[in-house]
Amino acid sequence: MSEKIKEYTFYPGCSSEKKASAANMENSMHAMCHMLGIKLNEIDDWNCCSASIGYAGGGELPRLAMTARNFALAQQQQGNKDLVATCAACWLALRETEERMEESTQVKADLATALKAADLKYDGGLKIRHMVEVLIEDIGWEALKAKVKKPLTGVKIAGYVGCQTNRPFSIAGDNFENPQYLDRMIETVGATAVPYDKKVACCGGALAFSELDKVTPLIRDILQSAVDNGADLIVTPCPVCQLNVEVYQDKVNKTFGTHFNIPVVYYSQLFVLAWGGSWTEAALNQQVISAEAVLKKFAS
Amino acid sequence: MAYDLSFARDVYKHSEMGHWIKMCMQCGVCAGSCPLGPHWEHSPRQLFQLVRAGKKEEVLKSSSMWMCTSCYNCIVRCPRHLPITHIVHGLARYASEQGMVDPKQPTHRFAKEIFWKNITATGRVAEMLLTMRLYFADGLAQGIKNGLEMQAQALGMLKTGRLMPLPFRSKIKGYAGFRAMLDKAQELEAKHKESKA
Amino acid sequence: MEKKIGCYICSGCGIGEALDVDALVKIATKEQKLPLVKKHEFLCGPEGVELIRNDMSTSGVNAVLLAACSPRVKVDEFRLGTSLLDRVNLREQAVWSLEVKEGDDTAEEDRQMMAEDNLRMGCVKIKKMNPPEPFQDPSFSKDILVVGGGMAGMTTALEIAETGYKAILVEQSGQLGGMVARMHKVSPSKPPYQHLQENPVAALAAKVEGHANIVVHKNATIAKTIGAPGLFDVSIQNGGHVSQVRVGSIVVATGFTPYDASKLDHLGQGTSPDVITSLEFEEMAKAGQIVRKSDGKPAKRVAFSLCAGSRDKNHLEYCSAACCTYSLKQALYVKEQYADASTYILYQEIRTPGQMEDFYRKVQDEGGIFIKGDIQKVAVGTAGGLSVQVNDKLLRSSETLAVDLLVLATGMKPNVDTVDPNNPSPVGVAAGAEVKHVLNLEYRQGPSLPELKWGFPDSHFICFPYETRRTGIYTAGPARRPMGIAASMTDATGAALKAIQAVESVARGAAVHPRAGDLSYPSFRQEGCTQCKRCTEECPFGAINEDAKGNPLFNPTRCRRCGTCMGACPQKIISFANYSVDMIGAMLKEVEIPEEDAEKPRILIFACENDSYPALDAMAREGGKISPYVRIIPLRCLGSMNLVWIADAMSTGFDGVLLMGCRHGEDYQCHNVRGSALAEIRLSKVSETLNRLQLESDRVKMVEINIMDSHKLPGIINSFVAEIQKLPANPYKEF
Repeated sequence: MSEKIKEYTFYPGCSSEKKASAANMENSMHAMCHMLGIKLNEIDDWNCCSASIGYAGGGELPRLAMTARNFALAQQQQGNKDLVATCAACWLALRETEERMEESTQVKADLATALKAADLKYDGGLKIRHMVEVLIEDIGWEALKAKVKKPLTGVKIAGYVGCQTNRPFSIAGDNFENPQYLDRMIETVGATAVPYDKKVACCGGALAFSELDKVTPLIRDILQSAVDNGADLIVTPCPVCQLNVEVYQDKVNKTFGTHFNIPVVYYSQLFVLAWGGSWTEAALNQQVISAEAVLKKFAS
Repeated sequence: MAYDLSFARDVYKHSEMGHWIKMCMQCGVCAGSCPLGPHWEHSPRQLFQLVRAGKKEEVLKSSSMWMCTSCYNCIVRCPRHLPITHIVHGLARYASEQGMVDPKQPTHRFAKEIFWKNITATGRVAEMLLTMRLYFADGLAQGIKNGLEMQAQALGMLKTGRLMPLPFRSKIKGYAGFRAMLDKAQELEAKHKESKA
Repeated sequence: MEKKIGCYICSGCGIGEALDVDALVKIATKEQKLPLVKKHEFLCGPEGVELIRNDMSTSGVNAVLLAACSPRVKVDEFRLGTSLLDRVNLREQAVWSLEVKEGDDTAEEDRQMMAEDNLRMGCVKIKKMNPPEPFQDPSFSKDILVVGGGMAGMTTALEIAETGYKAILVEQSGQLGGMVARMHKVSPSKPPYQHLQENPVAALAAKVEGHANIVVHKNATIAKTIGAPGLFDVSIQNGGHVSQVRVGSIVVATGFTPYDASKLDHLGQGTSPDVITSLEFEEMAKAGQIVRKSDGKPAKRVAFSLCAGSRDKNHLEYCSAACCTYSLKQALYVKEQYADASTYILYQEIRTPGQMEDFYRKVQDEGGIFIKGDIQKVAVGTAGGLSVQVNDKLLRSSETLAVDLLVLATGMKPNVDTVDPNNPSPVGVAAGAEVKHVLNLEYRQGPSLPELKWGFPDSHFICFPYETRRTGIYTAGPARRPMGIAASMTDATGAALKAIQAVESVARGAAVHPRAGDLSYPSFRQEGCTQCKRCTEECPFGAINEDAKGNPLFNPTRCRRCGTCMGACPQKIISFANYSVDMIGAMLKEVEIPEEDAEKPRILIFACENDSYPALDAMAREGGKISPYVRIIPLRCLGSMNLVWIADAMSTGFDGVLLMGCRHGEDYQCHNVRGSALAEIRLSKVSETLNRLQLESDRVKMVEINIMDSHKLPGIINSFVAEIQKLPANPYKEF
């Protein structure tokens, strides 16, 4: 049986750079894609998507232009292969730019003018995908399950979907208030999805930089709800969620006198591990809060 | 006199997605859906009504727009399908353009003075630089204090290979074009504003 | 023709397993002496039905008693072409509703006893039943009178005419169109529900006046209406001239009068000529110039105060339903005239049901400003116009608007005279002043229609929206309840169809509603009458007039066949061919009452067949279990409950009686409006009877049952049985 290599244009985004905050996501994504026979062709010389807080300094057009440049480079280098993002905010920025270009011919024309100043052009037609959509729609649940060699039996996991992979676009048409895909991923790797009420709650996002005191209670509530419902581990698709919920546990504990010490990993790390990957392949060595107690026994 | 519509009409025209404010029916679902609910002066629906009431100062000086975490909960729940997150971002920027934002407003300062400069300086985010600029925004002493407070977090990231220890990064290769593109976009935007006014 | 009864007992659906069917056959044959009794394992199947039909055609069976399932199911299968048909409910009541454990002999015995009693009651009933003869009169008319020539009235007349009936339209003014004729434009009635539409009156009026099936009387009023459905004689007065028409039914579509704005000082009325009503604003827009009345300057800033005098205890307590929409429409008039207009809608809640939500959006999109709040103060502005101070509930502050005009969106008062049946002083049109009667009914109960609330006519608000409590007289449009143009036109169509149904049903001698198709009607044994007038007073529909001596004069076509008169009559002179005091009395007496020492009490349930009986069936289907000691008799309405049955039940040896009827009073659900309320009043007198018999008054109780209450029934019934079991056994068992 020969599986055809699937090729995508890949937009990693700033947090997925080497030695950036989501390096663990990036490393495990590459391992996961390798195991699936997916080839990710990174856009050469891509730029920042302007993220969620670009609006304060950048107006609508400059912000959209940043993504338009990525579209133009992607098309120039890879043609119209699907453009895949792994970061929630990046994916959202790509989708939003696409939407606004579709909604307004003025925006479309203006972006063409701006791109021209960089000697670039974008002809439209790129399909924007989230990595999760690639897994669900192009690989399929059955194939994802068939690859499991080391089912994560007995591990109780809170699937933390968060905001931006869910709203406003949602993954593969899932429900905004109670999306299912992440729980299904947890079940697919043989672990148990823990029901809890903060699945789509906000971690504070970029406000963790500027308003940490206001955001800490949000992180505390997510952790509390997951732990109260018996979770050993939290899994998320979003780099900001992962960062805030993992790295600020210490701050939460100091502020509220709690004792949280729960690992927060990416779905890609779970897949790599369950499909027989090593600890390092799964980038689990890059966790600030170690997942060894929960997951090490499954590592090859 | 309240409800003089000149400010509202300005916002409809010049604030990104501002024209949607007309369509709010004041149900308050946005207010009940916002994670930063306990912290704003005005909920989104209140901001919108203040716009319509012509309360320019109250709107543009409100800290509320700067409380948005971009969670998009208000957008998906709004029964009138208003792009509330974008409207709020638009109002935030509009306030900033009008010079009405308190210079100490932390999110405004971070987003505008640090983040936007950070990404446009090289084309990509330099996380270490971002963090340090943030810590030292209130001077050296406060910066060291901030740094010490966050030491555990930063060390954890450094040790796991998730933070570049160097406070600089090089520009993307096509930076000159990138810059020219941003300038052109800014120029176009300014031109449109003028023609609308 | 001699009655020959055939009795058929079904053993299907588990009846055969639960009951001793042969014993039932024996009761029907030996004890009840029915001439033909058969059992069948699948009576509703083709063979079962064929068995009955065959007996009817070859053995002369002309009255059929079916002991099988509930009379509410298999109705089509058992449509056998005879009006002498009764059904004994074995399956739902004696099988499904009872808890019988395997090998529990006592429970099995109780179950069999219930089945046998149900059969006995059925046998008596069919024996006492006679075929109803429909009421006929050669002078029935199928023409329909429509009163009021506005949108609702014109639409009603047109619908009647288009259906092939003749409509007589009476309009009090000199032209058709009513309130809408005074309007500039109307709100959208078609997709995308965003654009103002041209006034529809002229086109509709031309259609009405040109229609061959419509006779229009303008400048005319109704001087007098006498008679009954099919036989209404209406005097139409046109100046000094009075003409007479006979019609079969009547639709009242007299519309509304805007609430008197002179009572709205608190909203600025009288402060300045620039405070006007919605109707004045309509007329201003129609005339072409939206301007300040004070100085004629353009009125570009206009505020609309919704709920002006509505939903207000001191004025109209209710929502007039149309003001939100018509004010939105008027806001667009201002936009239409001035591109730089500012319009302010001051509201409590915006109520724009259905597609009008799109219209609401349109007005928002056009820049209309919506302010939730109350007007606190209105003053003349420094630069003319007005300064309006509002308690702004959205901003939680007091705000002041500068406007050129303030438009008060006044509500609707129905243009129809109604009378509170409990307090018969007329209300409605010009309450307190001289009452203008729309129909001038010559009914014993007075010239007006009975009132529901706030001057609007009573009907049955759930099931029969257009009917009034005067059979054959319908209301449509704002005369019925507050509504806008689109709703009025829908209403008019509905009322037209009901009016047609009325004339057709009357022609067949059948009831219109709620017992649609029923051919029976009460007959009065006049020689027994003591002129107590209870029947004439209690009939919820005013079906019975009186002669000078106080004898009842019955109008069969006004009757809804509920039997309230029968329940009211202390002399038992009122009965139907197939429903009577004697019949029900004989049925309950046929129940076998066990000896006192058997410790098997008997509880009689009178269940209203509109809601309570279906709820009992539903309970059985859902697996609810009740005491095997109850015996259930369905009544047409609890209003037909005659107190003599309570006395009969007690003297027969029943230990308790439970009456199950519909909700009464506020938000009543009684299909006959007053039936269950009257039953309760009668019941308040029952303690007298019980005391006379030296029995505890707790033995009789009435409960309100809704058709959705099936899950509550086991609790209600079983706790009543438990209460009765705490009392000593009825001492009359001995006799």
